[in-house]
Amino acid sequence: MVKYLLYRLVAAVPLVLGISTIIFFVMSAAPGDMVDIMIRPGMTAEVAEQLRANHGLGQPIVVRYVRWMVDTLRGDFGYSVLHGRPVLDIIRSHLPRTLILSLTALAVAFFSGIVLGTIQAIRQYSWLDSGLSVVLLFFYSMPSFWLAYMLILTFSLFARNVWEWPMWFPAAGMLGTDHEGLSFVARVADRMRFMVLPTLSLSLVLTAGIARYMRGSMLEVVRQDFVRTARAKGLPERAVVFKHALRNALLPVITLLGLYIPVLFSGTVIIEKVFAWPGMGTLLIQAIEARDYMLVMGASFFFALMVIVGNLIADVLYAVVDPRIRYE
Amino acid sequence: MSEILLSIKDLRTWFFTDQGVAKAVDGVSFEVREGETLGVVGESGCGKTVTSLSVLGLLPQPPARIMDGSSILFEGEELIGADERRLRGLRGNEISMIFQEPMSSLNPVFSIGDQIIEVLRLHRGLDRKDARVEAARLLQEVGMAEPDRRLDDYPHQLSGGMRQRVMIAMALSCEPKLLIADEPTTALDVTIQAQILELLADLRGRYGMSVLLITHDLGVVAEVCDRVVVMYAGQVVETGDVEEIFADPQHPYTRGLLRSLPSLDVPERRLSPIPGMVPSPIDWPQGCRFRDRCDSAGDGCEAEQSLVHLGDHRAVRCWKAAAESLGGAAGS
Repeated sequence: MVKYLLYRLVAAVPLVLGISTIIFFVMSAAPGDMVDIMIRPGMTAEVAEQLRANHGLGQPIVVRYVRWMVDTLRGDFGYSVLHGRPVLDIIRSHLPRTLILSLTALAVAFFSGIVLGTIQAIRQYSWLDSGLSVVLLFFYSMPSFWLAYMLILTFSLFARNVWEWPMWFPAAGMLGTDHEGLSFVARVADRMRFMVLPTLSLSLVLTAGIARYMRGSMLEVVRQDFVRTARAKGLPERAVVFKHALRNALLPVITLLGLYIPVLFSGTVIIEKVFAWPGMGTLLIQAIEARDYMLVMGASFFFALMVIVGNLIADVLYAVVDPRIRYE
Repeated sequence: MSEILLSIKDLRTWFFTDQGVAKAVDGVSFEVREGETLGVVGESGCGKTVTSLSVLGLLPQPPARIMDGSSILFEGEELIGADERRLRGLRGNEISMIFQEPMSSLNPVFSIGDQIIEVLRLHRGLDRKDARVEAARLLQEVGMAEPDRRLDDYPHQLSGGMRQRVMIAMALSCEPKLLIADEPTTALDVTIQAQILELLADLRGRYGMSVLLITHDLGVVAEVCDRVVVMYAGQVVETGDVEEIFADPQHPYTRGLLRSLPSLDVPERRLSPIPGMVPSPIDWPQGCRFRDRCDSAGDGCEAEQSLVHLGDHRAVRCWKAAAESLGGAAGS
């Protein structure tokens, strides 16, 4: 297992570099560069050219690529023109914010998806099953950015200003303005309040997919012989379903984890923008708009890394749950 | 004569499906006495497995329904309509079951030790440590080498025969009074079959339990059973001691089953299979259900047949056989 993990990590290196290379050339092909954005009234063409030269933009693309690749391999991600700080520094402060949001959404999605799918399966064809199917299909069919705006409209704007509910959720940002002055418990609650809407926007779509999958998987498992054996042992139905059947039904759902991680991160980029969440997604979009090449490359590099690590974790989890899987 | 342990009376288990009502078990009665091995024999689809699952209430309801008037008494206690808690207390405890498919009857994601320990903790209230010791002892009992090490194995690491031994160990863990074995050797190869049968016979003696053996294999019946119930089309067609059934089969169906067995004594004899197929349980034939496949069917067979008792243990559901056996016209 350890050997397998090492192998996978080593294999990830060319993968990340390959992904970065593609992004490098796509970015270079985009019209305009960072100097176009810096141009102010009164700036002469000579000055602009000088700026381009300063940033190394005057050289042929192949030369720029090789220089970038050599720097990256040495662990030097360069300097962000937009922020005036080293790229690695910026990522270090933004990455945890994205991780907390996306991992929470992932946990919420899998937990609720598994629970709802199981309930649907053990109550197959009941009104509860049909009702949940309709509701989940509704969320499944919805783009997450639109869902985000609807949630803001409902739980932020209307809840606060029109219906005057005692409980509403902030539409943007990560912390309240009075955050620093609060007690520890209140600070945690403050953070959680800001996370509710972005987390829901990210997770509801995934929940629907997972529940659908879980329902099918569970229905297949409860027909198996070993479930009958569990009943014949005299186990209560609760133990039959939630111990013997559930663990087997989870196996195909774990493969979804690997598939959903890229979906989750691409969702994060948009959802962070909608909720002005100061994470990697917001960072990446700003960087792309400003043609801040080094920052775009750095942020993409870390997104690629997160997807690869996520997939690796899914594979490991698979072996943990299913004793028949052995990685050599 | 020993005490009656399990008494099934007029059991009717029907399945209500979109295609119609499948009367899989349609008025079955028989008894299992203490310490005996009773074989239930018949072709696939004759209702023997449904009968055994009805005893423990393991059929999904719906689509299955045990009809009014059916009775299953275990030590005098009615199991039909008994509450789920009571049935759970019996399952795996006083009545255990082993199944046909050892490959799929064990949960693939739990170690065999955990699966045995689960029963010991549930019914015998052992703590984890004692249960583990006991589980190892049970594996030893069913003839597994190095039981301590085997406990941590997963089902996929064991052969079919070994898995069936694990199933048996699990079934024995609470020293049940009745073991229901549903085609326990069908999926195994012949040498392993013999070992498992021998093990079952040996354990029955040591634990003093009764065995209800469901099988389509008369060879298995001859080897381990005391008495036989032959089922056809959801009904019992003949019962008797195993020697009587083999030496003097009464029902044409039983005779047909015996004729389709190869014989070592008369190797040149050609096997003669019973023509036709088991009819559909949704639409059993009128009158004698075996009539269409019977070589001695004639006038009188279009009437519904009832089980005629010929002696203490013997009964047959065929007016002709009954008439001949009872001498002349007595059985019309």
